[in-house]
Amino acid sequence: MIQEALFFSAVLFIIGVVGVLTRRNAIIIFMCVELMLNAVNLSFVALSRLYGIAGQVFVIFVMTVAAAEAAVGLAIIISIFRHHENVDLRNINLMRG
Amino acid sequence: MGLFYTFHFYLFGVLAIVAAVAFVTRKSPVAAALWLVNTMFCLAALYIMMDAQFIGAIQVLVYAGAIMVVFLFVVMLLNLGHASDVTDIVSGKTKLAAGIVGLVLLAEVFVLWKDDTPPPPAIAEQAETGVIGVVAAPLFREYLLAFEITSVLLLCAIAGAVVLAKRRAP
Repeated sequence: MIQEALFFSAVLFIIGVVGVLTRRNAIIIFMCVELMLNAVNLSFVALSRLYGIAGQVFVIFVMTVAAAEAAVGLAIIISIFRHHENVDLRNINLMRG
Repeated sequence: MGLFYTFHFYLFGVLAIVAAVAFVTRKSPVAAALWLVNTMFCLAALYIMMDAQFIGAIQVLVYAGAIMVVFLFVVMLLNLGHASDVTDIVSGKTKLAAGIVGLVLLAEVFVLWKDDTPPPPAIAEQAETGVIGVVAAPLFREYLLAFEITSVLLLCAIAGAVVLAKRRAP
């Protein structure tokens, strides 16, 4: 069962990676990052059955950081939207050399 | 592990993956967000089936509840709910490269699947402290410093979000 959970976790992580690489909408990319964090959480919970409860404690920390990341990231997206009137990542090339 | 348990474990796992695939392929951000909520509910079910009931509850409350509501709130605040035209999904070489990256990672999963090292012995359950006590005891003893630091992190995130999203004075 742990092996299956790790498999599901890996597949979800891969879906998240492909989503980050193939989408241009900044909000959807953020949601893909959330999906990747969720996949890692699934690994932590599965392995905490073998290696002790610390995995579940770490999941709580990951969720806290994800919440902070979502808040700051969405604030950045709102700030970008005020400049460009959309959230297409192709328009955000101010730092490109 | 009975057949009932195994069936539902696979059911929720496959549902999570199907919902995740639907999530990355939707054009409309609102539809994508709702599919992601679906994935998170399935993951909560998996957590509960793996004896992590508290994590499952937190998953529903924090992820499917709070974080996704913030995402939908921003989508509606910026009026992005309608699907943009075909420009959203990258095209050509980038899509090919992303597909190759995905295939390589998937191949790694199947290579690792064959490598079955013997698992270490399972930790005995602490029955007397209850479901939440098992998580709370290490959280407030060994990891107390990290716990306190996360509170500072959340405070910084709140302040940062307010500062970044604030409308500049003209």
